[in-house]
Amino acid sequence: MSYTSQDNAGISSGVKNACKDIFKCMQCGVCSGSCPSGRHTSLNIRKLVRKAARNSDVIREEELWMCTTCYNCQERCPRNIDIVDAVLGIRTLAAHEGIMHSEHRKVSELLLEHGHAVPIDEENRKKRVEIGLEELPETVHKYPEELEEIKKLLSSCGFDRLLGKKRKSELEEEVK
Amino acid sequence: MKGLTIFLGCLIPNRYPGIEMATRLCLAKLDIDFVDLEGASCCPAPGVFRSFDEPTWLAVAARNIVLSEALQRDMLTICNGCFASLADANQILKSEPQLREKTNEHLAKLGKEFKGNVEVRHIIEYLYKDVGTDNIRSHVEKPLDLRVAVHYGCHLLKPSRSRGLGAFERPEFFDELIECLGSKSVDYPDKMECCGAGGGVRSALKDDSLKMADHKLSRIKEANIDCIVNACPFCHMQLDAGQEEIKEKTGTDYNIPVLHYTQLLGLAMGFPAEMLGIDRNVTINKEFIEKIERILLSEEME
Repeated sequence: MSYTSQDNAGISSGVKNACKDIFKCMQCGVCSGSCPSGRHTSLNIRKLVRKAARNSDVIREEELWMCTTCYNCQERCPRNIDIVDAVLGIRTLAAHEGIMHSEHRKVSELLLEHGHAVPIDEENRKKRVEIGLEELPETVHKYPEELEEIKKLLSSCGFDRLLGKKRKSELEEEVK
Repeated sequence: MKGLTIFLGCLIPNRYPGIEMATRLCLAKLDIDFVDLEGASCCPAPGVFRSFDEPTWLAVAARNIVLSEALQRDMLTICNGCFASLADANQILKSEPQLREKTNEHLAKLGKEFKGNVEVRHIIEYLYKDVGTDNIRSHVEKPLDLRVAVHYGCHLLKPSRSRGLGAFERPEFFDELIECLGSKSVDYPDKMECCGAGGGVRSALKDDSLKMADHKLSRIKEANIDCIVNACPFCHMQLDAGQEEIKEKTGTDYNIPVLHYTQLLGLAMGFPAEMLGIDRNVTINKEFIEKIERILLSEEME
């Protein structure tokens, strides 16, 4: 599929664009001082920004995934660096290298299968009926042909192949 | 005025259906023209999907927007995450022709095309701007004498240049919506702080995520309030189910009731608590339910 390579190029240049901003960083620390995650986790967004400007290994940083994307850092940055956009851009590079949490992969597989990242379950089917709603909501859950559309769209975007990247080795590990 | 489609997302219909019911009841009572968005999917969630692959995120969001375009109605989101994805995607697709073209190449395979002629709204800013607190106040049948801790949630307000809802540090519109129901919006430290769920953190790094929720809940507990009111089912889940998870992890039992604004509004309009799913949270506070029942049973005050 020609889309995949084009998309990859688009993402790379997108991240470059986001990271180009990062060179304006003067390491003042307003970002890390504003970070709700940084109060409780090992995420130091100031250091992450510093590394992003210097080392592509930043895609392997565990802290990359501790950002809740609350945007405090981006809103308050005195140099107007789009920090969260950069984090998202770097995460994309990581995901395309097959670096993803298994929970995120599962959520993605749910989207592929059900069109919902959080699909309905038995308990909530019941709950819906008990409070007076229809058993299934007016979403892809109720309209199978619309779900087929989502699957076709995700396939066109190459999302299934993105998820397939490391699945085989993971399955082998599970078997062990 | 353009009518609306309601965009349900995932968590509301599939985990907190009481919020869906509350939304339907309140919009109908306010005489707002809305229809369902049949066949809509996940928005898709900004944390995981925008992180993983922006073209995919854009395409799925665009398909949802196109469903609303076909009905020539603006979209009403009830969730900060759905709002973040759909409003951002809508803005990107409207303003960046190259991305729109690429997205439309995918959509063409479904016989669809993004045109860019509807707006994406969030129910909180919609109620504040288009309905107004005076109008809402006139629909209050049971003034709610409650002390409320408001939780705006991040993506209702930020990135502020895209949202255009004014100052994000100390906003007041959500507090005003609470107070027009007869409740008191109580200030508390770190009121504007994140619940810790977003960005894929709750799904993959649960312990880290719960530390943030624990901090927020501890601040709220100090404020001596009756309940938390939020604008987002993901914050709702984090602050509600999170209390049970924190209890298991640390032994701290906050037992704070958590309501989406539509549920609080539903109560003020006189709908019974069980119809609004208020007794179907993970965290159930019996005293609060009894207090609500007393208010609902009281004589009409206006």
